[in-house]
Amino acid sequence: MAEDCILETSGLVKEFRGFVAVNDVNLKVRRGHIHALIGPNGAGKTTCFNLLTKFLEPTRGQIRFNGIDITREAPQKIARRGIVRSFQISAVFPHLTVLENVRIALQRKLGTSFHFWKSDRGLNQLNDRAMELLTAVDLAGYADMVTVEMPYGRKRALEIATTLALDPELMLLDEPTQGMGHEDVHRVMELIKQVSANRTILMVEHNMKVVAGISDTLTVLARGSVLAEGPYAEVAANPLVIEAYMGTEASGLASIPANDDRPPGPLPGEGDDHGSLRSNSGGAG
Amino acid sequence: MSRRVTIAYLLGLALLLAAPMFIYPILVMKVLCFALFACAFNLLLGYTGLLSFGHAVFLGGAAYVTGHALKVWELPTLVGLLAGTVAAAALGWVIGSLAIRRQGIYFAMVTLALAQMVYFLFLQAPFTGGEDGLQGVPRGTLFGLDLSVDINLYYLVLAIFAGSFWLIQRTIHSPFGQILKAIRENEPRAISLGYDVAKYKLLAFVLSAGLAGLAGATKTVVFKFATLTDAHWHTSGEVVLMTLLGGMGTVFGPVVGATVIVTLQNELADKVGSLVTVIMGAIFVICVLAFRRGIVGESLALYRRMIGQKAG
Repeated sequence: MAEDCILETSGLVKEFRGFVAVNDVNLKVRRGHIHALIGPNGAGKTTCFNLLTKFLEPTRGQIRFNGIDITREAPQKIARRGIVRSFQISAVFPHLTVLENVRIALQRKLGTSFHFWKSDRGLNQLNDRAMELLTAVDLAGYADMVTVEMPYGRKRALEIATTLALDPELMLLDEPTQGMGHEDVHRVMELIKQVSANRTILMVEHNMKVVAGISDTLTVLARGSVLAEGPYAEVAANPLVIEAYMGTEASGLASIPANDDRPPGPLPGEGDDHGSLRSNSGGAG
Repeated sequence: MSRRVTIAYLLGLALLLAAPMFIYPILVMKVLCFALFACAFNLLLGYTGLLSFGHAVFLGGAAYVTGHALKVWELPTLVGLLAGTVAAAALGWVIGSLAIRRQGIYFAMVTLALAQMVYFLFLQAPFTGGEDGLQGVPRGTLFGLDLSVDINLYYLVLAIFAGSFWLIQRTIHSPFGQILKAIRENEPRAISLGYDVAKYKLLAFVLSAGLAGLAGATKTVVFKFATLTDAHWHTSGEVVLMTLLGGMGTVFGPVVGATVIVTLQNELADKVGSLVTVIMGAIFVICVLAFRRGIVGESLALYRRMIGQKAG
């Protein structure tokens, strides 16, 4: 295929009692890309994510994954097909250890998940692989800690390790750097870059430094519809996009140099919220 | 099982083996039946996060089936017990399949509503004896041992309890139990990792219903009767109280809770009469307000704090 799309939506619509949250979205995610989904608060990004992973049922439209229509499938089936998502609020199993968190993702492949008469010692064979994954996200030292005791940034890293454990073809990350200090942001960004080899990533992200730094393609959503799509430089220069973001924040978007070769390092003004795209409505997304 | 739990388990078992020398065996058997009932309930509430408010229907349903099997069909005792357990598990499958479609308070309400429906079925159906209950159920024999001798029956009941308790522990610490905990902790995440959570919840529900049924079946054999009280929603509430009082999501909590409640009821019944309900209510309120982790949960927390102070 010339146009190798891993995920494609056509005419995707989600209505909540008359309110149209997602309106006729045609999204094409190219295989191997890091595709970012941005937009002001309430633009429908998370709803879109929930539709793609079937945590919400679309009102109309079609979703195709590798050419197969998955519009009517159950969320766990989608996950088993290789589309694994993360959540906006860190999705960990708080009262299990860090190692157990990752192991739960690995466990399904053993096929013993319904065996209530077996000892869980059988799961120890997964520990090596789990430790590898934890090492990859720099959490090996925390393996035996109860997850709830870890700092927030580490939980997000653990979430990525858990998602990676399934070796998904397509990873959906819902604001992977939200609520992080810039040290953590940098680490997670590197991590996403690193794990994007051999897989496709679709992410919702507010932090423009991250978007500019690692994404190949960008889709801007506003009021439930696609406003613009393309490489960062192109989208950032689009007057419609600038208008949607308005004022100084829009200039913040346009001022970031869009150079794919630019190392994703600290930028001037890092730490304050300059690089972050938020709509004028305020509040968290 | 962890080493500490194994030690406690063996210690408890030794105590129970010797118990009939000091305590009236019928009382201990009653405690064991309710302890098993509470443990089965805890598997669902404490380890899967599902609050069933109709669990008495499995206790009562199995009690009737076992009573009927032993009295009318004159089946051997073990077969009767098995019949009750299987019937409760089957009923659990039906009620569970319907209830797991909803979450939280709605789940609890669906289980309560369905349990009430079955309760009225028991009230009207001829085989239950209606308000009179099923009286004069024979205990039968086991491998030539006469079970109408209390002490013989006691060791059968103890074996049933010990075996079931072990099975529940094994379930909690099995690959399956691990997924149950994941569902309790974060259900959407478990789904997003590809787990069909409905199937896991249903299996947990059926296991819990079956074990609650085994408790009810055993109870029938002990008391030689099955009544509507076992299936009444009061009993569903009582098992919640036992589990919370002892410590939800702890291994021994339900056992401690059941022991306290059953003993109290037994001691108070002829002294304060119907005031016993008020006392139970007061205990429940105090438990929820003052020590939410229950007796075992609070003791463990205290123990950990003391250890922590020593280390610090």
